[in-house]
Amino acid sequence: MATTSNMFLYSLTIQPPTTISQALLGQFSGTKEQQIITASGSRLTLLQPDPRQGKVNTILSHNVFGIIRSIAAFRLAGSHKDYIILATDSGRIAIVEYLPKSNKFSRIHLETFGKSGVRRVIPGQYLAADPKGRACLIAALEKNKLVYVLNRNAQAELTISSPLEAHKPGVLVLSLVALDVGYSNPVFAALEIDYTEADQDPTGEAGREIEAQLVYYELDLGLNHVVRKWSDPVDPTSSLLFQVPGGNDGPSGVLVCGEENVTYRHSNQEAFRVPIPRRRGATEDPQRKRVIVSGVMHKLKGSAGAFFFLLQTDDGDLFKVTLEMVEDAAGNPTGEVKRLKIKYFDTIPISTSLCILKSGFLFAASEFGNHHFYQFEKLGDDDDELEFTSDEFPTDPRAAYKPVYFKPRPLENLVLVESIDSMNPQVDCKIANLTGEDAPQIYSVCGNRARSTFRMLKHGLEVSEIVASELPGTPHAVWTTKLTKHDEYDAYIVLSFTNATLVLSIGETVEEVSDSGFLTTVPTLAVQQLGEDGIIQIHPKGIRHIVQGRVNEWGAPQHRSIVAAAANENQVVIALSSGEIVYFEMDVDGSLAEYDEKKEMSGTVTSLSLGRVPEGLRRSSFLAVGCDDCTVRILSLDPESTLEMKSIQALTAAPSSLSIMSMEDSFGGQTLYLHIGLHSGVYLRTVLDEVTGELTDTRQKFLGPKPTRLFQVSVQNQSCVLALNSRPWLGYTDPLTKGFVMTPLSYADLDYGWNFSSEQCLEGMVGIHANFLRIFTVEKLGDKMIQKSVALTYTPKRLVKHPEQPYFYAIESDNNTLPPELRAQLLAQQPNGTNGDANVLPPEEFGYPKAKGRWASCIEIIDPNNEEPKVLQRIDLEGNEAAVSAAVVPFASQDNESFLIVGTGKDMVLNPRQFTEGYIHVYRFHEDGKDLEFIHKTKIEEPPMALIPFQGRLLAGIGKTLRIYDLGLKQLLRKSQAEVAPQLIVSLQTQGNRIVVGDVQQGVTYVVYKAESNKLLPFVDDTINRWTTCLTMVDYESVAGGDKFGNVWILRAPERPSQESDEPGSEIQLVHARSYLHGAPNRLNCMAHFYTQDLPTSIVKTNLVVGGQDVLVWSGIQGTVGVLVPFVNREDVDFFQSLESHLRAEDAPLAGRDHLIYRGYYVPVKGVIDGDLCERFSLLPNDKKQMIAGELDRSVREIERKISDIRTRSAF
Amino acid sequence: MADKLRAQQELERLQSKYIGTGHPDTTSWEWKTNIHRDTSSSIIGHPPLLAYAALAQNEPIAKIRAETIRKMFQPVGPPPPREGEELPVLRTE
Repeated sequence: MATTSNMFLYSLTIQPPTTISQALLGQFSGTKEQQIITASGSRLTLLQPDPRQGKVNTILSHNVFGIIRSIAAFRLAGSHKDYIILATDSGRIAIVEYLPKSNKFSRIHLETFGKSGVRRVIPGQYLAADPKGRACLIAALEKNKLVYVLNRNAQAELTISSPLEAHKPGVLVLSLVALDVGYSNPVFAALEIDYTEADQDPTGEAGREIEAQLVYYELDLGLNHVVRKWSDPVDPTSSLLFQVPGGNDGPSGVLVCGEENVTYRHSNQEAFRVPIPRRRGATEDPQRKRVIVSGVMHKLKGSAGAFFFLLQTDDGDLFKVTLEMVEDAAGNPTGEVKRLKIKYFDTIPISTSLCILKSGFLFAASEFGNHHFYQFEKLGDDDDELEFTSDEFPTDPRAAYKPVYFKPRPLENLVLVESIDSMNPQVDCKIANLTGEDAPQIYSVCGNRARSTFRMLKHGLEVSEIVASELPGTPHAVWTTKLTKHDEYDAYIVLSFTNATLVLSIGETVEEVSDSGFLTTVPTLAVQQLGEDGIIQIHPKGIRHIVQGRVNEWGAPQHRSIVAAAANENQVVIALSSGEIVYFEMDVDGSLAEYDEKKEMSGTVTSLSLGRVPEGLRRSSFLAVGCDDCTVRILSLDPESTLEMKSIQALTAAPSSLSIMSMEDSFGGQTLYLHIGLHSGVYLRTVLDEVTGELTDTRQKFLGPKPTRLFQVSVQNQSCVLALNSRPWLGYTDPLTKGFVMTPLSYADLDYGWNFSSEQCLEGMVGIHANFLRIFTVEKLGDKMIQKSVALTYTPKRLVKHPEQPYFYAIESDNNTLPPELRAQLLAQQPNGTNGDANVLPPEEFGYPKAKGRWASCIEIIDPNNEEPKVLQRIDLEGNEAAVSAAVVPFASQDNESFLIVGTGKDMVLNPRQFTEGYIHVYRFHEDGKDLEFIHKTKIEEPPMALIPFQGRLLAGIGKTLRIYDLGLKQLLRKSQAEVAPQLIVSLQTQGNRIVVGDVQQGVTYVVYKAESNKLLPFVDDTINRWTTCLTMVDYESVAGGDKFGNVWILRAPERPSQESDEPGSEIQLVHARSYLHGAPNRLNCMAHFYTQDLPTSIVKTNLVVGGQDVLVWSGIQGTVGVLVPFVNREDVDFFQSLESHLRAEDAPLAGRDHLIYRGYYVPVKGVIDGDLCERFSLLPNDKKQMIAGELDRSVREIERKISDIRTRSAF
Repeated sequence: MADKLRAQQELERLQSKYIGTGHPDTTSWEWKTNIHRDTSSSIIGHPPLLAYAALAQNEPIAKIRAETIRKMFQPVGPPPPREGEELPVLRTE
């Protein structure tokens, strides 16, 4: 078929976006507890703040497969539960409820009102709900506004009316809030700009000054229509509105925030206006005006009418704004406003949303960087901060006034409790294996200004170590055991050495026990608490049963020894060196009874497993036996059929370890599994049928090169499997997705492990590593990625790695920021220079001083491999230069010595693009790259936006020109150049003689370098305008890339032109080739195209797991990390395609966006299957799963296996 | 003739419902203004794009959003004078 691609990829998200575009507070569970709903990208996330621990936990994250533009919460009168309204790009309004029991979002209403997509006049940009939950208004950026009336019917169900229109053409909306009017007719306030007049006036008189209006829209509930009730011009620079409490709580109305002012406005009140204080400081521009960027209103509990605002400026300073009311004769406040007051509160990072919890916490969703969770120490009531009131300032925005100043200071009213990791914005990302582990790590640069970080992301679970103590020898095994059945905690740690056993007691201190009854002169094979109060020790020569100090010894038959053993509370099984299996069971009187017959196995037994005795039963009914003939057999232990074989499974290698255990499954119940570890390092999990003993549904994963050993441990009341290989791994059921996952622990490699439980540490693990005994716990099962970060100085722009050494070089630059040399100059000029330095506040919290047109830029050397990653050196760029690109280039003319090349621009203005000069700096590496020496810089006509090494020389994209440079003594030497791109080269990739050029707006061009004639000749270019951000070559013909609109695509050059371009002597043809439609003679073919929602900033082809295939890893600006996994066979493609189409129908996106259209937002989706949608299969109710499975002619388990396989094979 | 009338009415309906729907006499200024306004509204509506712009300019997202909306007011300057009318400034020259 012509329409389908012959290349298919499976798209998966391995780290969801961490940005928060909006956060809302509410009681979404219907209990008193306050929760936070956040919108991040296409995900709706429910967070549960925990005031006792001072933490914020994620409860649920739901991908709605649509762009969430705005969210609002409302509560019907008399109800205790908040509903969520979603305004997305679906052209529909969705009302969603959180169901705490099933931990799901459930859609109650979905009303279509317009076209889908983000459009100028389709409502969705703004959303406001009446505080009494009677109506909501959804508005577009321009013209359209729709009001929905919310009500309840006789069954107390939520109803929604048909929309009421409040359109007005030619009107732009800047901000929209619902007014608090108590129980009178709902009113919505909008800040609007009308352009109709300016559009009609050719003189430009009307357009000279923008006039902003505050407009009230009233919904008349009686007449059921909306009227434009009141409008009044406000300060033309206004951009934000805040609701002022009304009804019994306050005067109603809005705060209008504009440039350097906050004004109180209401239809029946006078205007009151306070200025926003400016920062005072040596490095501050005293003329700079601040604007409010976010804020929150909070009503205080108890006293009616007590409320305050926290408003944040573009510096991050929080101001507390309060209203004072006119008092009547009795001294009680009336409904009339007397004055507005403002004072400095604290400084926190710039936020998109602020949520004040009743428990006295503040959740600040940062627009960039980590989100913060603060606790209020006080409300800034009685401090000596200067307070400014509206009495001293004119209400007319044009009237002159004297600006006011304040001095920022460290936090006084707030205390930071938790910082929630966020990779937003992620600017660049590299994947490398620098730690010497078997899987590579992700290194990325994120954040902005002084809150920029370099982060190292590793797949793994965080482990906290409790004890690591040295032992006299090197044990080869460790167990813990209780003394009696009723003990809560473990009492002994038993260590087995090559020819001895050591018993330690667990208590305040760990001491050796001499009267344990254990035989200490032999190694031990197994230890188990048995029956009521017995313990058994199995050693190569026999079984020692210790009951209250009395010892019963069972000796192994002569000339044979025990090679493997397994035991549980009631049963013991041993395997002899002769291949016989001996089975014991507890008698009623507490002694061990041997089963008469021995079962002979065909090979040597390598491992045994019994599994725990199920609750309420006497015995585990299966025994798993692994033999060195690469088989696992399941034997029955039922009294009627003792040691009869139930099933057998052939394996690819000899099993090294077995474990029968029941675990939570995706159906919500418990399933019995047999976990198998192989000598080859592979781990298998199969379902063990509880009746027949059949083994079905095998899933496998390669863990490492060593034999895998398995142990049953318990984490968060969940049975988990600890698998030891070159790294320790933990297999568990993910608390959010309910799928089984195998995740490495970020810990030393262990030789043996066991469960550990004591008073201090309820759910721990004990392990041995060489001659160390280690006790540790895994506290959080949700987070599969471990982050380590190091602070950078300015907003990172690019990250490059040293070719051999494990060092990274980040180029960073901040626009409109005072560079350090000017900062120092200003500080030195300060009159009281003596304490000048003490006045500098940490830029991480307070930001750098601003200066228009100035750039602060630097290069930093990062050592990620340290215990704590750190910055080794910083090189500041001077003369208003800012770094824009970087590369490490080996120059053939210098014996292939590598140099760091940094491209800079001088006096750059971003929009419209301007600059005075461009430079290319060359740095030499010293001390293996720990140090840089500046060699020279070359002046060029434009800042070079892309640099790469090319055949022992430097290839630079300078504007439209592609140029080859060689290294000279005084500067770089031009070798060859050509104009190849239509607008601006932003990305370059190369293989052989081929160069792939990405243009900022016009897509991709392939260029061939002809060494004989020293010419650069474009030969293929693109069919559509791709606003390229990143590129990587997938193979010689194909290139994968991302664009500014959030698409990821793969393009391929047609075969013939591709071959012809490399033929010797083809330059004559290429030079004289007829250009096709004003472009290159040929066009690229699109192989795959996919809309990701996030804006890709980097893309690389690499492998992510041990023994995994190559995948495409892309990083997004909102903090997303995604992979595209190529399909190997057509069968899988067909399967996933039909699964995807079933899921589209059965699990339609929550907000009503059509999934197929969403993924084909700009260009129809091609050759990519959405793995995130496929993975929602495991979250479907059972009947739907069965139905889809029936349609696909497969079992539910099989489908789940395929979904989990494709993820585990190549990603995490 | 009735068909033509209906097509005309349909077009007018579209023009009033969807701003920017063209007509045979769309001027270059109208087209440009419309495209600019569409672009700005798309940037504001896609959070990653807005974040990208804010990050590059080193300004808060909220500020860039407000600035972008203000730019929609008159993105390419005032309209050209209508036929027969001339700008008073030009007349003096």
